[in-house]
This record gives sequence, C-alpha cells and structure tokens, in this order.
Amino acid sequence: MDKSPAIELKGICKSFAGKIANNNVNLTVNRGEILSILGENGSGKTTLMNMIAGIYFPDEGQIFIDGKEVVIRSPKDAFKYKIGMIHQHFKLVDVFSATENIILGLNEKGSFNIKEAVKKVKEISDKYGFEIDPMKKIHEMSVSEKQTVEIIKVLYRGADILILDEPTAVLTPQETQKLFAVLRRMREHGKSIIIITHKLHEVLSLSDKVAVLRKGEYVGTVETAKTNEAELTEMMVGKKISLNIDRSEPENCTERLVVKGLNCVDREGVKVLNNISFTAFSGEILGIAGIAGSGQRELLEAIAGLQKVNEGEIVYNNPKTGTQDNLRDKTPMQIRDLGVRLSFVPEDRLGMGLVGNMDIIDNMMLRSYRKGKSVFLERKAPKDLAEKIIKDLEVVTPDAHTPVRRLSGGNIQKILVGREIAASPTVLMAAYPVRGLDIGASYTIYNLLNKQKEKGVAVIFVGEDLDVLIELCDRILVIGSGSVTGIVDARSTTKEEIGLLMTKAKDSHGGEKNE
Amino acid sequence: MLAFLVSSIRLGMTFLFGSTGETITEKSGHLNLGIPGVMCVGASCGCFAEYLYLTAAKSNANYFLAVFIPILATLLGGALMGLIFSFLTVTLRANQNVTGLALTTFGVGVSDYMIAETGSIYSKGSRYFTTSLPFADDLGAVGEIFFSHGILIYLAIVIALVSAFVLNKTRIGLNLRAVGENPATADAAGINVSRYRYASTCIGCAIAGLGGLSFIMDYLNGNWEYCIDAIGWLTIALVIFTVWKPHLAIFGSLIFGALYIASSYITGVSFASKEIFKMLPYVVTVIVLIFTSIRDRKENQPPQALGLPYFREER
Repeated sequence: MDKSPAIELKGICKSFAGKIANNNVNLTVNRGEILSILGENGSGKTTLMNMIAGIYFPDEGQIFIDGKEVVIRSPKDAFKYKIGMIHQHFKLVDVFSATENIILGLNEKGSFNIKEAVKKVKEISDKYGFEIDPMKKIHEMSVSEKQTVEIIKVLYRGADILILDEPTAVLTPQETQKLFAVLRRMREHGKSIIIITHKLHEVLSLSDKVAVLRKGEYVGTVETAKTNEAELTEMMVGKKISLNIDRSEPENCTERLVVKGLNCVDREGVKVLNNISFTAFSGEILGIAGIAGSGQRELLEAIAGLQKVNEGEIVYNNPKTGTQDNLRDKTPMQIRDLGVRLSFVPEDRLGMGLVGNMDIIDNMMLRSYRKGKSVFLERKAPKDLAEKIIKDLEVVTPDAHTPVRRLSGGNIQKILVGREIAASPTVLMAAYPVRGLDIGASYTIYNLLNKQKEKGVAVIFVGEDLDVLIELCDRILVIGSGSVTGIVDARSTTKEEIGLLMTKAKDSHGGEKNE
Repeated sequence: MLAFLVSSIRLGMTFLFGSTGETITEKSGHLNLGIPGVMCVGASCGCFAEYLYLTAAKSNANYFLAVFIPILATLLGGALMGLIFSFLTVTLRANQNVTGLALTTFGVGVSDYMIAETGSIYSKGSRYFTTSLPFADDLGAVGEIFFSHGILIYLAIVIALVSAFVLNKTRIGLNLRAVGENPATADAAGINVSRYRYASTCIGCAIAGLGGLSFIMDYLNGNWEYCIDAIGWLTIALVIFTVWKPHLAIFGSLIFGALYIASSYITGVSFASKEIFKMLPYVVTVIVLIFTSIRDRKENQPPQALGLPYFREER
C-alpha cells in the first residue's frame, strides 16, 4: 500500500471569543492509516476536526490534501476534497429514512431517483459489511444503526478521509468490535481514518499513530506500536496519574432498597421489565451490566418514580426514621426528598437533568429553588455550590454564568453528577456517568462514587465498560431483555462470565420470539 | 346550497394560497406569523397595480394584462415581505415570532390605508379575475361548482399540487425539509441553510400574497370593505390542520371555507350563535392538534427546527 500523506495540517489556530481552542496544531495522516486523536475534555479535539470538515474556519494555519494546499470554507468544500466526518452527535434528520439522509444535499447528475440510491447504499453495505435497512426511518433506529447510517453517508459521497468523533462512546462492546472490523476493512481499501477517542485500549488496538492534544496545544504524535497506556496518559494529562480505582471493602451493609418482582410495560404495551428482584445495600456499589436498551433505564426510572410500575414492590428502608416505605406509591418529588437520587446521563446529555440554555448556577437552582423561605430566589447557595463543583471536579468553563450547552460533553456530565451528589443522597443511581468522558474525568467520577459508598450511600451504577464495572463495583447485576440473568460478585467474576450472562438473555428472548 | 358551495370554494382557495405559502415557509424552519400582513400587502400591491393599469389603459384593457399585471405585483409585494422577514431573522438573527407579528401589524396598516384611500373601486378589475370558462354556464350545477371560477382559483390548486410534488418528490424538496427539521444536519450535508430559508420564505410569501388578491377579487368581487388579516390567521391554523401537507390543504381549505361562511347561510339562529360558527375552523384545528399529538406519528409533527434560528458556529 502506498503510504503517501493524505492530509496534513500545519500551524492550525482557532479561538472562540478570545478563548483559545486550538493553538499551533500539526498533523499528518497517510493513506491506508488510522490516526487516533487523544485528549481530555475541552482539549480541542472536536474543534480541530470540525475545521477539517468545514464546520469551523481556522484563524491561522494551512491544510494540505495530497500535498496541495487547500481552503475548506464549508462542508461542501470538505466533500470536494473527499473528507467525511461522523459527528459525535449524529447529524441525521429523524423523520427521513436512512437513504434519504444519505443522499441529502447531494447534487448527483440525472434525475432524482430514490430506488437507485437504495441500490447503491446496499452495495456499500455489502462491500464493508454493514447491516442496514435502507428504508428504515431514523427515529426507529438504535444508536448503532444511526452511526452506521452516518458512516455510509460519507462513504456514499466517496470520502477517502473519514473522521469519527468518539464513535464508540455510545456502543456496546460487541458493536464496537463490529465497527472496528469495518474500519480495518476500510484501511485495507486505502482509506485514511481519523478517530477521536479517549478509551486507551481502543487507541492501542486500532490505530497506527496517536496524536495527543492538551488544552488546545498539540503535544505530539507517536506510533502506537512504540507506546503504552502510561505514556499516552502522561502526554494527555501532562502529569502521571494512577489508573487504579481504590475499591474499599463494603462496611456496615444494611438493606437499603429491596426490589421485589418488578414488572413494567412501556407505552406500546411491550414488557420492558420482567419480574426483577434485587437488594441494594448501603455502603456498596451495585453495578448493572447489560446490552444497551435491556431495561436499565426503565429500572432506574421505576425506582425514581418516573416509570409506571405494573406489579411488584420497591421497599426503601429509611435510615433516618427506620421505617419502611414503598416507593411505588410515592411521587417522584417525595422519592427525591427521601434521598433517592437519580443522575441519569442519557444518550443526549442535555435531554434529562440539565437545561442547556441556563447557566451553571441556574441549573443548580433547579434542585434547590423550593428551599428558599422568602418569595425571592435564594442565589447565594447555588452560586457557592456551582463554584465548588467547578473547582472540585475541574470543570472547564469561562465562569459559572456560562450556559451549560456551550460546555463540552464531559464538563456537562461533571456538573450533573456533581449536583446530584451535593444533595447528600442515601441512594445514588448513576446511569452511564462516564459516557463520552476522557480518562481523567472518568476517574474523578469513579472516585466520587467511591466516596459516596464510603459515606454509606447505596450506589447503583449502570455502566457500559465491563472492565470498569469489574474494578469499581462490589456486586454486578446482569440484566438482559428486562430480566435479571444473574448477580455476580465483582471481585471474583470475569468479563467472559458477564458477557455470557448478557447474551444468555438475548438467546432466551430470541427463543420466545420464535415460539 | 349551490351558492354556499361556490362561495366555500372561492374562500377556500384564498386559504389554500396562504397555507401553501406558509407550509413552504415553515418547511424551512421559519415560523412566519407575518402571513396576515403578507396577504394584506399582497392584496394591496395587486389592487394598486390593477388600478394603475385600468386607469392607464382606459377602455383598451385586455384580459391577459389585466390579470397578469396584478398577479405579478402581488408576487413581488409578497416576496418583498418575505425578503424583509428573512433578512431580519436569518441575517440579523431577530426573533421569528416578533418579526412576524411586526410584519402583520405593518401589513394590516398598509391595507387599512388602501381601504381608506381607494375603497371599493376594484369591482371593475374583479371582473377580469372572475371571468370563468366559457362552457361553465352550459353544464348546470356541475359547471357552477367546478368551472365557474376565475383563474386564481385554479392557480391555487395547481400551486398546491406542484408544491406537494416539489416538497416530497424532488431533491430540492428533500433538502428544504432537512433544513427545517435539522439545520445543523443540512449544513453538514453541504446545503446552504441561509439560501434555502431566504428562497422558501420569499416564494412562500409571494404565494401567500396571492391569497390576499384572490380574497379581494374573487370572494369580495372587488368590494374591499374590511381588512383581511383574520383570513391570514386562519391560514396558519390551516397549515397545522393539514399537518404541513399542501395536497391535504386542498381539502382542508374547502372545509375551512365552508365552516367560515356557514353562519351566513344558516337561517333561524341568533347573531351570537352565528359568530360561534366562525369559531369552528379554530376548534377543528385544536382537535386535529390533539389527535396528531396522541397518535404521536413523527411524520405528522411540525418541522423540528420550526421557529429556531440557525447559526453555524454557535454550539
């Protein structure tokens, strides 16, 4: 394979309203090569890629494609140079079918013919091994299907340089493996791939080279074969950090939350939770593992009072009064006041929990506005809390008055988790709290959860990364198609065992369908 | 009964212009509440052009020019309003609702002035617009209902059908819908969001303007007595009623037209209960809104980015 440079960046600078996002970045990607871009939240990875894709325009610097200097002023220019970007937040129109999304904005010669397009989409799918129904509407698709549509979209346009912004953040391990297989196949076909990620094992297993950014500065590029996790982390964070989670032994365990025979159906009448029973102890982290969409969300929402429970009991042992409460009869507000907190990080982070257009202080007030005694809002406490979270969790933001939606994804998550923890809960439910977070931020969150556990809080942690679940949790509940398929001890289990439990449910579910 | 049907059709087609225009505009993500004003301005421009032409031509006025000149003036007037709206909302990023309401106030003012100044002198011009197909009289009731109308009535249906085709079956339509659903996606796909919003708003307003002209010339027979902004508001309701589909609007507009004038044709009820009939179009719109919301079909919802500004570098 000819390894000539496909794209080169020289001295790229970009700032937003005086804040430097990228400073003097230099990169080279060859044909038939995969480059990883590694960096903490807000280090400017996405901004840099957006400049190649024509969404932003660099303040300074040059971009070379095949050795020739080019100016990319719009996404259209980027297509012209065969650059395609798969954004972290999918850029798809919900009410359109896969094919309609794929051909959107194209000016193909000849008449508008959707059938031809469907045929071409199928050809591309077969060539690289995608599984997709070209006529399916986007709003009926799973996250991984949507991502497939995004990738086919850029391939349909004949892209030779593909940029993927955190493609694995929303995928299950199996889906990730499938994606990587596809990417490797593309590399064999001579495509250049730039992938933004902060999962170090992914970087090491997939890429040929790694470029590291830190706070907008370009740190350097290393060959993957000649580096290791520790070196990459140090380049990324600027200092050595330990990648161990200090898991303490659970102490003073008492039954905090007892769930018995929980059954729920969703709005279409499909059973989403099937006879779920488990106990969450105080001073313990209970992990919940499962393939995405197996009922994790519904389970947490049922406990928080947001999902209607059809059958079963949720008994809460109140540590303050010593009484037993059935949460099933309570409103979400009453459940929250009992100290059961839900910090849910959905696929779109701003969907639940935070209001994008409000600043950090106002978002703190969403949880405290009822507390004030006078008719006017109490602003002092939320302001202090906001500043404390910014400081303790190292949130990268100009100040506490910045609207939340302007922050990067990881920083938004820190604010959400920080606020829920600040309410000193007795049960803390965290769903995907590290989704899309880089390594440093993830470990901050893990340590926060651990501290809560030591305080005697019953922590329920829904995670995706099995390695982390095994390292962080005390017990792991495996859920599959809405049923509990096993509860294992995290200290003695293996990834394979959990994986097996996850898929076991899938098989039995498939069996039911066939009957 | 016959007169009721004919009137319903004439009024309905006025609605159809407005709703087709507003649908095209809304498909780009622009919620143009200035439609009543646009219709007023469209009517004013058309009527004024007609007045100038008929004064200049005296007795030599021919049918083609007497129809063509006002239509052209109306289209230009409407498009100009659309241009103002787009310039304020796209280029200067003003709030769409506020801009739209300002345009309505402005348009109503303009037409009030026209009524005061020139009043009901358009009956002469109206004759050209209500000239029907020659064989209509020979066909009895069928002819009366289907062929007795002037050119604008048929134009409304043609425009609605063409719009439906363009929106659903062409590349331009696909791109336009994408702009209204998700401008960031459209932008990333290489579609010029601003250009599409400008174009669709100007074209939409031009079409809506024809509604105003049609109302004066076809429905009021040139006797411009009162302001037409109430019609404008109803067309916005009609867009919702027909779930943003111009081909459905053809039938929806007939229903609206019939409901709106039903009070005049029902005898033996008090004045107050007649006014209740005029409320019916709004009531059915609310019912349709409830119905589509319960069904929760994504395809029947308003464009997702409706009313939202788009600026690429804002996160």
